[in-house]
Amino acid sequence: MNALFSKCMAVLALAVIPAFAAADDSTPDALVKTVTNDVLQIVRTDKDIQSGSTKRAIELIEQKVLPHFNFMRMTQLAVGRDWCGATPDQQKALAAEFRTLLVRTYSNALTSYKDQSVDFKPLKMQSSDTDVLVRSEIKQPGGKPVQLDYNLARLEGAKPCASAGGAVPAANAAPVAGWKVYDVIVAGVSLVTNYREQFSQEVRAGGIDGLIKSLQKRNAELAAGKPAAK
Amino acid sequence: MIRSKKSSSNGLKRSTLAIAAAVALSGCAGSNPKDPLEGFNRAVFSFNEGLDKVAIKPAAQAYEAAVPLPGRTGIANFFGNIGDLWIGVNNLLQGKPVEAAGDLGRVLINSTVGIAGLFDVATEMGLEKHEEDFGQTLGRWGVGGGPYFVWPIIGPRTARDSLGFGVDAVADPVGYLGNVPARNSLYGTRLVDTRASLLPAEKAINEASLDKYAYIRDAYLQRRRSLIYDGNAPRLDDDAALDGGLPTVVQMNPVAAVSQLVLTRVNQAPVREASDR
Repeated sequence: MNALFSKCMAVLALAVIPAFAAADDSTPDALVKTVTNDVLQIVRTDKDIQSGSTKRAIELIEQKVLPHFNFMRMTQLAVGRDWCGATPDQQKALAAEFRTLLVRTYSNALTSYKDQSVDFKPLKMQSSDTDVLVRSEIKQPGGKPVQLDYNLARLEGAKPCASAGGAVPAANAAPVAGWKVYDVIVAGVSLVTNYREQFSQEVRAGGIDGLIKSLQKRNAELAAGKPAAK
Repeated sequence: MIRSKKSSSNGLKRSTLAIAAAVALSGCAGSNPKDPLEGFNRAVFSFNEGLDKVAIKPAAQAYEAAVPLPGRTGIANFFGNIGDLWIGVNNLLQGKPVEAAGDLGRVLINSTVGIAGLFDVATEMGLEKHEEDFGQTLGRWGVGGGPYFVWPIIGPRTARDSLGFGVDAVADPVGYLGNVPARNSLYGTRLVDTRASLLPAEKAINEASLDKYAYIRDAYLQRRRSLIYDGNAPRLDDDAALDGGLPTVVQMNPVAAVSQLVLTRVNQAPVREASDR
C-alpha cells in the first residue's frame, strides 16, 4: 500500500498540539510539556472540538501552539536551497501559505483526537545548548505507541542568506531568549523536510511564484471544503 | 501490504506488464537520484491507488464497521505475535541480544497467557514490541537503500528493502500453512487489518501533500532511516542536505555486528552508541 507509512500521519494532529501561551519556557522540554498538557486539557473538555469543529481546533492552535513555532525557519527548511533565491516578500508569502496549510491539515486531525496520552522522555541538555530534541511518545489504547519528537532552537526567524552564492552562514542572525519549535518528527518522519522534494519540484516547474500559487490553490481548496486533490 | 508468496493472479500480472509497457513507451527518466525509475513508479502508484479505491479500502472499511475495536485489536495482536519471532532473529542479527531475548519472551508469554497471541500481555508486563525486518538488518550491516521502487500491491520498497521483504516472506510462518484456503484467508485478513489501521491517516496525507506520490516516497525513506536507527536517527545536516544528498545509512558490517553480539553484556546502551556512528 502506498499508504504504508501514513499511520505516522494519523498522529500529526497531536504533533501540532504542542501549544502553549504563557507556558513555562525556562527549558525546552518544560515548554513542550506544558503546552501539550494545556492543549490536551482543552481538547478533552471542549465540546466543539469533540464534535468535529475544525474551526475551533484552528483557533486553539493559533492561540496556544503557534506562538511557540518558528515558521520562517520551518519554511526555509522545507523550501531548501531555493529559499535564498526568493525575495523577502516571496519568503513571507511562502511562510504564510505553508503555515496555513499545516494548521488547516492538522487541526482536522485534532478533531478526531480520542483517548491518546503523551509520555515525555527525559531531556539531557547542557545549559549552553541552543538546539535540542524533545522526545515524547503517544500512547493509544489498542495501538502501538508513536514516537513524536520536537526540534527546538533559540532562534527567531530564518537563518540569513549570504549576499552572494546563497550559502547559509553558520551564525544565527537572531538568537532569542525563548525556545521555538522548528521541526516536528512523527515516527521518524520530519513534517518539515518531507516537503523539500515537493517544493523544489514546484519551483523547477514554475519558479518561486509557482510554488506560492500551488500552496495558495491548495489552501483555497481546503478552505472551500473540497476533497483534497490526488 | 500483501505478503503472499504464491497468490499473484494472472490478471494482476497482465496489468503489471501493461504498466511496464506503457512506461517503457513513454520513457521514464527521473531527475531525482533517489528515484531513478520515477516514471515507472508513478504508474504503479496510480495502479495501486486505483486498486485500493475499488477493492482494498472498501474491504478495510467494511471490516472496521463489522468488527468492534476489541476484536480488531485481538486480530492485530495475533499477527503481531506471529511476527515477533522473526523480529527477534533480526535483533540478534543486528547485534542486539537483549532485545532479541525480549522478543522471544513476548512470543512465549503472548502465545500462552495471551491465548495464541490474541492478547498482548507482554507489553503490559513491560516487554516492549519492536519493529524489525530483514531490510533493516541489511541497513544495519551497512547496505545502502539503492533505488526506490513502488511494487504492485506491496507498495514502496527500496532495492535493499525489496530483497529484505523477499527474505521476510520466506520466514513468514503463515506461508508454511499446508491448508491453502486457511493460508490465503490469513494473508487476506492481514492485508485488510493493515489497511484498516491506515484509514485515519489517509485524510491528513491527502490534505497535507502537494504531490501525494512524492510525499509518500519521502516519508517512506525517512521512516526507514529512522527504523534502522531504532528511532534514534541523528538529524541530517539541514544546511548540507539542501543539495539533495541521499539519506546516510548506518554503517555496521556483519563482522562488527557479530563481535558486538559476543562482546555486549546485558547493558544495551553501548549498542545504540556504537551503531549510531
